[in-house]
Amino acid sequence: MRKQLCDALVARATKPEMVFLTGDLGFMALEPLQQALGPRFINAGVAEQNMISVAAGLARQDFEVWVYSIAPFCYARPFEQIRNDITFHNLPVKLIGNGGGYGYGVMGPTHHAIEDYGVLLTLPGMSVYVPAFDEDMDAVIARAGASSRPAYIRMGRGEPPKGYAVPAYAPWRQLTCGGGPVVIAVGPLAGIYIGAFEHLSAEYRPNLWIVSELPIEQNPLPHELLSQLEKSPGLCVAEEHVRQGGFGSDLLLHMAEKNRAVRNFRHCYARAHHFDRYGSQKFLRQQSALDADSMLDVLKGLHHA
Amino acid sequence: MMATNNRLTAEDFSAARKRLLQMHFDSGVGHIGGNLSALDAMLIIFHEYLSGEDKFILSKGHSAGALYTTLWSLRRLQDHDLELFHKDNTLLAGHPPAKGIADIPFATGSLGHGLSLAAGTALAFKLKGNDTQVVCLTSDGEWQEGSTWEALIFACHHRLFNLTVLVDHNELQGFGSTSDVASMSPLWDRLKGFDVNLQIIDGHDADAIRAALEGERQRLRIIVLRTVKGHGVSFMENRMEWHYLPLTEDQYRKAIEELELK
Repeated sequence: MRKQLCDALVARATKPEMVFLTGDLGFMALEPLQQALGPRFINAGVAEQNMISVAAGLARQDFEVWVYSIAPFCYARPFEQIRNDITFHNLPVKLIGNGGGYGYGVMGPTHHAIEDYGVLLTLPGMSVYVPAFDEDMDAVIARAGASSRPAYIRMGRGEPPKGYAVPAYAPWRQLTCGGGPVVIAVGPLAGIYIGAFEHLSAEYRPNLWIVSELPIEQNPLPHELLSQLEKSPGLCVAEEHVRQGGFGSDLLLHMAEKNRAVRNFRHCYARAHHFDRYGSQKFLRQQSALDADSMLDVLKGLHHA
Repeated sequence: MMATNNRLTAEDFSAARKRLLQMHFDSGVGHIGGNLSALDAMLIIFHEYLSGEDKFILSKGHSAGALYTTLWSLRRLQDHDLELFHKDNTLLAGHPPAKGIADIPFATGSLGHGLSLAAGTALAFKLKGNDTQVVCLTSDGEWQEGSTWEALIFACHHRLFNLTVLVDHNELQGFGSTSDVASMSPLWDRLKGFDVNLQIIDGHDADAIRAALEGERQRLRIIVLRTVKGHGVSFMENRMEWHYLPLTEDQYRKAIEELELK
């Protein structure tokens, strides 16, 4: 998604109030943006706490500020700066974390971000965007840029099946239809389920939804999804995020508060920061039972429930 | 930048000091020592140095009392505001608030944030191509925060000459002297390693502060204010307990009597 991110930001670079800060990352990806912004492209160096507070200082003087780093360096190290300096003042700084979830794979758990949006959504006014496909970046940057809220954009890698026609971006999108349970996936994870679900018969095929904007209070469930949930034999939420503070618990709380019943709930989530062995994002998804085969097993269980 | 028509007199400093003590006594609130060490510089900065869109960022947020008193001395806060200091339903929290007071751009209180916020603000003015000034007051203990050094590196690298960094160098922190807690005394020897215009002055000498603020601006300017914690009240001076303790009625009376004698 980095190329699409760069293209989308270059398109905004004519705005004189736009500023981009990077924590010394973006080699072989963000050079066109650097060229387009000139002095408004700032490599803040390996100093993320300072970078976030500097961003707040710029935003306070009405600059449109984008901050980029590898996902965990973007929110975990400078959490207090995000909390105190950005969100306590409701400054619309946009944080862009590359490689959300297990995106940095075999680089190891210091580079993973599997508690990012849960942590950030505890902060006042914060919005989270989780683009699912490379094609989403344009719309996500436009929507985040137009918002008056602070925001975190969790970037990953779009993985639609070959030849798949990616639907236009929307905060909620239905990707497959059928008589099976409802599956809601957060962000790019949905892409790896599409192919597996399309091979199922219509009778058992899940209604696969993708959610790309959090929290629910800012992005309510569409009526179509709510009506499917009323009839559905079950609901599965899949997210490359730890169980605590994830979308699954936010959804169940929301449903409970609205007195809406949820039958046969299953939660697929990032199970650990450390496994016995390191590996790629694909490997780590398997370890967490987030891969397509594990999802099919969950669906079988729901069918027999 | 210096607005000489606003030049403060000895009576102005004394009146502010007494009002600060009254506010802290009425509210039963401590943190008095570090407020008294910072007050003289804050008064001069607000009355004589800042103008127009210039910004002041109090990185040592625990000196909020001195900031509120300074704003009171400018009539930007009123007695009834100060009477609510540290009480329920107040604008004047124990540390500078996030909203409600135009002269306070950022909520501070967690040390190590203010200099970065000031650097971002100074960079904003530089990018806009204007000469608006930013002044940031740090504590000396705060230089134990790594983020403060991150900010210094950034401010030097980006040549933020519209930024003035003040250090309230009273040599006492929360649970010891700065030299007992972290062996980097004197701090200015560490600061000298950067490409900065470093001045070390008596932080209670008004003319020295004025002169330092008029100094060279071809480099980032750092003014180390050699100050006395609890300055002006003999039984508080250089005593660590006044980092925290509130005044008893007897202590308050003695302090005011002493200030009036001066």
